[in-house]
Amino acid sequence: MLELILKPWPWYVAGPLIGLIVPALLILGNKSFGISSSFRHVCAACVPSNIPFFKYDWKKERWNLFFVAGIMAGGFIAVNLLTASTTVTINSSLATSLHEKGITDFSGLVPADLFNWNSLFTLRGFIMMVVGGFLVGFGTRYAGGCTSGHAIMGLSTLQLPSLIATCCFMAGGFIMANLILPYILSL
Amino acid sequence: MKTVVTLEKDRNTDFETRSLDTICVNESHLEHSWVHNLKYSLMGILFGIILVKAEVISWFRIQEMFRLQSFHMYGIIGSAVAVGALSVWLIRKFNIKTFYGEEITLHPKEFNKGQIWGGLFFGLGWAITGACPGPLFATIGSGATVIVVSLLSAIAGTWVYGKFRDKLPH
Repeated sequence: MLELILKPWPWYVAGPLIGLIVPALLILGNKSFGISSSFRHVCAACVPSNIPFFKYDWKKERWNLFFVAGIMAGGFIAVNLLTASTTVTINSSLATSLHEKGITDFSGLVPADLFNWNSLFTLRGFIMMVVGGFLVGFGTRYAGGCTSGHAIMGLSTLQLPSLIATCCFMAGGFIMANLILPYILSL
Repeated sequence: MKTVVTLEKDRNTDFETRSLDTICVNESHLEHSWVHNLKYSLMGILFGIILVKAEVISWFRIQEMFRLQSFHMYGIIGSAVAVGALSVWLIRKFNIKTFYGEEITLHPKEFNKGQIWGGLFFGLGWAITGACPGPLFATIGSGATVIVVSLLSAIAGTWVYGKFRDKLPH
Protein backbone atom coordinates (compact mmCIF):
# COMPACT_ATOMS: atom_id res chain seq x y z
CA MET A 1 0.00 0.00 0.00
CA LEU A 2 2.73 2.46 1.03
CA GLU A 3 4.64 1.56 -2.10
CA LEU A 4 1.60 2.44 -4.21
CA ILE A 5 1.28 5.82 -2.47
CA LEU A 6 4.96 6.61 -3.03
CA LYS A 7 4.66 6.01 -6.78
CA PRO A 8 3.00 8.59 -9.09
CA TRP A 9 -0.79 8.24 -8.93
CA PRO A 10 -2.62 7.31 -12.15
CA TRP A 11 -5.26 9.66 -13.56
CA TYR A 12 -8.16 7.35 -12.62
CA VAL A 13 -7.22 7.71 -8.95
CA ALA A 14 -6.34 11.41 -8.91
CA GLY A 15 -9.21 12.64 -11.13
CA PRO A 16 -12.09 11.16 -9.06
CA LEU A 17 -10.40 12.34 -5.83
CA ILE A 18 -10.25 15.90 -7.20
CA GLY A 19 -13.90 15.56 -8.25
CA LEU A 20 -14.83 14.67 -4.65
CA ILE A 21 -13.49 18.02 -3.44
CA VAL A 22 -16.53 19.63 -5.10
CA PRO A 23 -19.18 17.96 -2.85
CA ALA A 24 -16.82 18.03 0.15
CA LEU A 25 -16.54 21.84 0.08
CA LEU A 26 -20.29 22.21 -0.53
CA ILE A 27 -21.17 19.95 2.38
CA LEU A 28 -18.51 21.34 4.74
CA GLY A 29 -19.88 24.86 4.43
CA ASN A 30 -21.55 25.76 1.12
CA LYS A 31 -18.28 26.72 -0.55
CA SER A 32 -17.77 26.61 -4.32
CA PHE A 33 -14.49 25.04 -5.40
CA GLY A 34 -12.12 27.64 -6.83
CA ILE A 35 -8.59 28.89 -6.42
CA SER A 36 -8.03 32.01 -8.51
CA SER A 37 -10.34 34.08 -6.29
CA SER A 38 -7.62 33.88 -3.66
CA PHE A 39 -5.56 36.33 -5.78
CA ARG A 40 -8.46 38.77 -5.66
CA HIS A 41 -8.81 38.38 -1.89
CA VAL A 42 -5.09 39.11 -1.47
CA CYS A 43 -5.52 42.27 -3.58
CA ALA A 44 -8.58 43.26 -1.55
CA ALA A 45 -6.74 42.66 1.73
CA CYS A 46 -3.36 44.20 0.85
CA VAL A 47 -3.65 46.69 -2.04
CA PRO A 48 -7.31 47.63 -2.59
CA SER A 49 -6.15 51.11 -3.77
CA ASN A 50 -9.74 52.34 -3.75
CA ILE A 51 -10.55 50.16 -6.79
CA PRO A 52 -14.25 49.17 -6.64
CA PHE A 53 -13.45 45.59 -7.72
CA PHE A 54 -11.39 45.14 -4.55
CA LYS A 55 -13.76 46.88 -2.17
CA TYR A 56 -15.74 44.06 -0.64
CA ASP A 57 -15.69 42.13 2.58
CA TRP A 58 -12.79 39.80 1.81
CA LYS A 59 -12.82 38.50 5.38
CA LYS A 60 -16.07 36.72 4.55
CA GLU A 61 -14.13 34.78 1.89
CA ARG A 62 -11.10 34.02 4.03
CA TRP A 63 -11.91 30.32 3.95
CA ASN A 64 -10.40 30.46 0.45
CA LEU A 65 -7.08 31.72 1.84
CA PHE A 66 -7.06 28.88 4.38
CA PHE A 67 -7.72 26.52 1.47
CA VAL A 68 -4.79 27.75 -0.67
CA ALA A 69 -2.45 27.77 2.35
CA GLY A 70 -3.41 24.11 2.74
CA ILE A 71 -2.54 23.45 -0.91
CA MET A 72 0.94 24.84 -0.31
CA ALA A 73 1.35 22.64 2.77
CA GLY A 74 0.04 19.65 0.81
CA GLY A 75 2.69 20.22 -1.85
CA PHE A 76 5.36 20.18 0.84
CA ILE A 77 4.02 17.03 2.50
CA ALA A 78 3.64 15.16 -0.79
CA VAL A 79 7.19 15.84 -1.98
CA ASN A 80 8.93 15.34 1.35
CA LEU A 81 6.98 12.48 2.88
CA LEU A 82 5.05 10.71 0.15
CA THR A 83 7.34 10.63 -2.86
CA ALA A 84 10.10 8.20 -3.75
CA SER A 85 11.27 9.95 -6.93
CA THR A 86 10.07 13.10 -8.70
CA THR A 87 11.48 12.13 -12.08
CA VAL A 88 8.67 12.42 -14.58
CA THR A 89 8.64 9.89 -17.40
CA ILE A 90 7.85 12.09 -20.36
CA ASN A 91 6.77 11.51 -23.90
CA SER A 92 9.83 10.80 -26.08
CA SER A 93 9.03 13.33 -28.80
CA LEU A 94 8.57 16.02 -26.15
CA ALA A 95 11.91 14.99 -24.65
CA THR A 96 13.60 15.26 -28.04
CA SER A 97 12.18 18.69 -28.82
CA LEU A 98 13.10 19.97 -25.34
CA HIS A 99 16.63 18.58 -25.75
CA GLU A 100 17.01 20.72 -28.86
CA LYS A 101 16.23 23.78 -26.71
CA GLY A 102 18.83 22.80 -24.12
CA ILE A 103 16.36 21.48 -21.57
CA THR A 104 17.90 18.25 -20.42
CA ASP A 105 17.08 18.02 -16.71
CA PHE A 106 13.87 16.01 -16.30
CA SER A 107 14.55 15.12 -12.66
CA GLY A 108 12.06 17.51 -11.06
CA LEU A 109 8.39 18.30 -11.43
CA VAL A 110 9.48 21.76 -12.54
CA PRO A 111 12.27 21.91 -15.15
CA ALA A 112 15.29 23.24 -13.27
CA ASP A 113 16.76 24.52 -16.55
CA LEU A 114 13.89 26.96 -16.96
CA PHE A 115 12.65 27.88 -13.50
CA ASN A 116 15.40 29.00 -11.13
CA TRP A 117 16.46 32.21 -9.39
CA ASN A 118 19.44 32.78 -11.70
CA SER A 119 17.44 32.67 -14.91
CA LEU A 120 14.81 35.03 -13.49
CA PHE A 121 16.82 37.96 -14.82
CA THR A 122 17.27 36.57 -18.33
CA LEU A 123 14.72 37.41 -21.02
CA ARG A 124 13.55 33.79 -21.27
CA GLY A 125 13.29 33.39 -17.50
CA PHE A 126 11.44 36.68 -17.13
CA ILE A 127 8.86 35.67 -19.76
CA MET A 128 8.45 32.16 -18.31
CA MET A 129 8.05 33.18 -14.67
CA VAL A 130 6.89 36.81 -14.55
CA VAL A 131 4.92 37.26 -17.78
CA GLY A 132 3.47 33.75 -17.51
CA GLY A 133 2.33 34.34 -13.94
CA PHE A 134 0.86 37.71 -14.87
CA LEU A 135 -1.20 36.13 -17.68
CA VAL A 136 -2.48 33.48 -15.28
CA GLY A 137 -3.65 36.08 -12.73
CA PHE A 138 -5.02 38.53 -15.28
CA GLY A 139 -6.70 35.90 -17.45
CA THR A 140 -8.34 33.90 -14.67
CA ARG A 141 -9.92 36.97 -13.10
CA TYR A 142 -11.01 38.32 -16.50
CA ALA A 143 -12.57 34.92 -17.24
CA GLY A 144 -14.09 34.75 -13.75
CA GLY A 145 -12.34 31.54 -12.75
CA CYS A 146 -9.60 29.04 -13.46
CA THR A 147 -9.33 25.33 -14.08
CA SER A 148 -10.92 24.53 -10.73
CA GLY A 149 -13.64 27.21 -10.75
CA HIS A 150 -14.66 26.89 -14.39
CA ALA A 151 -13.42 23.55 -15.73
CA ILE A 152 -14.23 21.45 -12.65
CA MET A 153 -16.80 23.32 -10.53
CA GLY A 154 -18.49 25.05 -13.49
CA LEU A 155 -18.72 21.97 -15.70
CA SER A 156 -19.85 19.83 -12.73
CA THR A 157 -22.82 22.17 -12.33
CA LEU A 158 -23.43 22.16 -16.12
CA GLN A 159 -22.79 25.85 -16.73
CA LEU A 160 -22.47 26.89 -20.37
CA PRO A 161 -20.25 29.94 -19.59
CA SER A 162 -17.79 27.57 -17.92
CA LEU A 163 -17.72 25.34 -20.99
CA ILE A 164 -16.94 28.39 -23.14
CA ALA A 165 -14.22 29.47 -20.71
CA THR A 166 -12.70 25.98 -20.59
CA CYS A 167 -12.58 25.79 -24.40
CA CYS A 168 -10.80 29.15 -24.44
CA PHE A 169 -8.30 28.00 -21.77
CA MET A 170 -7.46 25.05 -23.99
CA ALA A 171 -7.30 27.18 -27.17
CA GLY A 172 -4.89 29.61 -25.50
CA GLY A 173 -2.78 26.72 -24.23
CA PHE A 174 -2.60 25.03 -27.63
CA ILE A 175 -1.59 28.31 -29.31
CA MET A 176 1.12 28.99 -26.74
CA ALA A 177 2.57 25.48 -26.44
CA ASN A 178 2.68 24.78 -30.18
CA LEU A 179 3.10 28.13 -31.89
CA ILE A 180 4.72 30.60 -29.48
CA LEU A 181 6.56 28.68 -26.74
CA PRO A 182 9.13 27.11 -29.13
CA TYR A 183 10.36 30.66 -29.91
CA ILE A 184 10.43 31.64 -26.22
CA LEU A 185 12.42 28.50 -25.37
CA SER A 186 14.96 29.40 -28.08
CA LEU A 187 15.70 32.80 -26.49
CA MET B 1 -26.25 62.75 -22.53
CA LYS B 2 -26.38 62.90 -18.81
CA THR B 3 -28.65 59.86 -18.69
CA VAL B 4 -26.20 57.90 -20.82
CA VAL B 5 -23.39 58.72 -18.44
CA THR B 6 -25.47 57.61 -15.49
CA LEU B 7 -26.41 54.39 -17.24
CA GLU B 8 -22.80 53.70 -18.08
CA LYS B 9 -21.91 54.25 -14.46
CA ASP B 10 -24.71 51.99 -13.31
CA ARG B 11 -23.58 49.32 -15.68
CA ASN B 12 -20.03 49.50 -14.34
CA THR B 13 -21.26 49.44 -10.80
CA ASP B 14 -23.16 46.34 -11.70
CA PHE B 15 -19.86 44.68 -12.61
CA GLU B 16 -18.84 45.01 -9.02
CA THR B 17 -21.73 42.91 -7.80
CA ARG B 18 -20.83 39.37 -7.10
CA SER B 19 -23.39 38.06 -9.58
CA LEU B 20 -20.96 38.37 -12.49
CA ASP B 21 -18.12 36.90 -10.57
CA THR B 22 -19.69 34.04 -8.81
CA ILE B 23 -16.87 31.62 -8.85
CA CYS B 24 -15.65 30.55 -5.48
CA VAL B 25 -18.02 32.67 -3.48
CA ASN B 26 -19.01 31.79 0.00
CA GLU B 27 -22.72 31.02 -0.03
CA SER B 28 -22.90 30.45 3.67
CA HIS B 29 -24.46 33.18 5.78
CA LEU B 30 -23.30 31.66 9.01
CA GLU B 31 -20.61 33.34 11.05
CA HIS B 32 -17.96 31.16 12.60
CA SER B 33 -14.74 31.70 14.47
CA TRP B 34 -11.66 31.35 12.27
CA VAL B 35 -10.95 27.90 13.70
CA HIS B 36 -13.76 26.54 11.52
CA ASN B 37 -11.71 27.51 8.49
CA LEU B 38 -9.07 24.94 9.36
CA LYS B 39 -11.21 22.26 7.78
CA TYR B 40 -10.67 24.03 4.45
CA SER B 41 -6.94 23.96 5.08
CA LEU B 42 -7.26 20.23 5.53
CA MET B 43 -9.09 19.98 2.19
CA GLY B 44 -6.35 22.12 0.67
CA ILE B 45 -3.67 19.78 2.01
CA LEU B 46 -5.45 16.82 0.39
CA PHE B 47 -5.79 18.72 -2.90
CA GLY B 48 -2.12 19.75 -2.79
CA ILE B 49 -1.03 16.16 -2.21
CA ILE B 50 -3.14 14.95 -5.16
CA LEU B 51 -1.73 17.69 -7.44
CA VAL B 52 1.82 16.60 -6.65
CA LYS B 53 1.24 12.85 -6.61
CA ALA B 54 -0.57 12.87 -9.97
CA GLU B 55 2.13 15.15 -11.43
CA VAL B 56 -0.46 17.83 -12.27
CA ILE B 57 2.06 20.42 -11.10
CA SER B 58 4.62 19.10 -13.57
CA TRP B 59 5.44 21.56 -16.35
CA PHE B 60 6.20 18.54 -18.54
CA ARG B 61 2.71 17.03 -18.08
CA ILE B 62 1.11 20.34 -19.09
CA GLN B 63 3.27 20.51 -22.23
CA GLU B 64 2.24 16.94 -23.10
CA MET B 65 -1.40 17.91 -22.69
CA PHE B 66 -1.18 20.90 -25.02
CA ARG B 67 0.83 18.91 -27.56
CA LEU B 68 -1.60 15.98 -27.42
CA GLN B 69 1.23 13.68 -26.38
CA SER B 70 -0.43 12.17 -23.33
CA PHE B 71 -3.90 11.29 -22.09
CA HIS B 72 -2.97 11.81 -18.44
CA MET B 73 -4.27 15.38 -17.89
CA TYR B 74 -7.40 14.78 -19.98
CA GLY B 75 -8.12 11.71 -17.87
CA ILE B 76 -7.72 13.69 -14.65
CA ILE B 77 -9.88 16.67 -15.64
CA GLY B 78 -12.47 14.45 -17.35
CA SER B 79 -12.89 12.05 -14.44
CA ALA B 80 -12.88 14.93 -11.93
CA VAL B 81 -15.75 16.57 -13.82
CA ALA B 82 -17.64 13.28 -14.06
CA VAL B 83 -17.37 12.63 -10.31
CA GLY B 84 -18.10 16.29 -9.51
CA ALA B 85 -21.20 16.34 -11.73
CA LEU B 86 -22.50 13.07 -10.28
CA SER B 87 -21.98 14.41 -6.74
CA VAL B 88 -23.78 17.67 -7.47
CA TRP B 89 -26.64 15.70 -9.06
CA LEU B 90 -26.91 13.53 -5.93
CA ILE B 91 -26.82 16.62 -3.67
CA ARG B 92 -29.70 18.13 -5.63
CA LYS B 93 -31.67 14.90 -5.95
CA PHE B 94 -31.57 14.08 -2.24
CA ASN B 95 -31.54 17.72 -1.15
CA ILE B 96 -28.43 17.15 0.93
CA LYS B 97 -27.72 19.93 3.43
CA THR B 98 -24.41 21.29 4.65
CA PHE B 99 -22.72 20.14 7.78
CA TYR B 100 -24.41 23.07 9.55
CA GLY B 101 -27.86 22.24 8.15
CA GLU B 102 -27.90 25.01 5.54
CA GLU B 103 -29.40 24.59 2.09
CA ILE B 104 -26.65 24.07 -0.52
CA THR B 105 -26.70 26.96 -3.00
CA LEU B 106 -25.21 26.89 -6.48
CA HIS B 107 -24.90 30.20 -8.24
CA PRO B 108 -25.59 30.17 -11.98
CA LYS B 109 -22.80 31.88 -13.92
CA GLU B 110 -23.70 34.44 -16.53
CA PHE B 111 -22.01 34.64 -19.89
CA ASN B 112 -19.85 37.63 -20.70
CA LYS B 113 -17.06 38.13 -23.22
CA GLY B 114 -14.53 37.97 -20.39
CA GLN B 115 -14.83 34.21 -20.44
CA ILE B 116 -13.50 34.27 -24.01
CA TRP B 117 -10.78 36.94 -23.75
CA GLY B 118 -9.78 36.10 -20.20
CA GLY B 119 -9.87 32.40 -21.02
CA LEU B 120 -7.45 32.88 -23.91
CA PHE B 121 -5.06 34.99 -21.81
CA PHE B 122 -5.13 32.42 -19.03
CA GLY B 123 -4.53 29.59 -21.52
CA LEU B 124 -1.42 31.37 -22.83
CA GLY B 125 -0.11 31.79 -19.30
CA TRP B 126 -0.98 28.22 -18.31
CA ALA B 127 1.12 26.79 -21.15
CA ILE B 128 4.10 29.05 -20.30
CA THR B 129 4.24 28.49 -16.55
CA GLY B 130 2.85 24.95 -16.70
CA ALA B 131 0.69 25.88 -13.73
CA CYS B 132 -2.84 27.05 -13.18
CA PRO B 133 -3.53 28.77 -9.84
CA GLY B 134 -3.85 25.62 -7.67
CA PRO B 135 -0.57 24.13 -8.87
CA LEU B 136 1.17 27.49 -8.37
CA PHE B 137 0.60 27.11 -4.62
CA ALA B 138 1.47 23.40 -4.59
CA THR B 139 4.65 24.00 -6.62
CA ILE B 140 5.90 26.54 -4.09
CA GLY B 141 5.17 24.07 -1.30
CA SER B 142 7.04 21.36 -3.18
CA GLY B 143 10.20 23.42 -2.89
CA ALA B 144 10.42 25.43 -6.13
CA THR B 145 10.77 28.73 -4.27
CA VAL B 146 11.23 30.83 -7.40
CA ILE B 147 7.56 30.20 -8.26
CA VAL B 148 6.77 32.72 -5.49
CA VAL B 149 7.68 35.28 -8.16
CA SER B 150 5.06 33.80 -10.53
CA LEU B 151 2.49 33.86 -7.73
CA LEU B 152 3.18 37.52 -6.94
CA SER B 153 3.01 38.26 -10.66
CA ALA B 154 -0.36 36.48 -10.85
CA ILE B 155 -1.65 38.61 -7.96
CA ALA B 156 -0.34 41.68 -9.83
CA GLY B 157 -2.20 40.48 -12.95
CA THR B 158 -5.42 40.22 -10.96
CA TRP B 159 -4.85 43.73 -9.60
CA VAL B 160 -4.28 45.14 -13.10
CA TYR B 161 -7.50 43.47 -14.25
CA GLY B 162 -9.39 45.05 -11.35
CA LYS B 163 -7.88 48.44 -12.12
CA PHE B 164 -8.85 48.41 -15.82
CA ARG B 165 -11.96 46.26 -15.55
CA ASP B 166 -14.42 48.88 -16.81
CA LYS B 167 -12.27 49.54 -19.89
CA LEU B 168 -12.11 45.89 -20.97
CA PRO B 169 -14.76 44.24 -23.18
CA HIS B 170 -17.22 42.17 -21.18
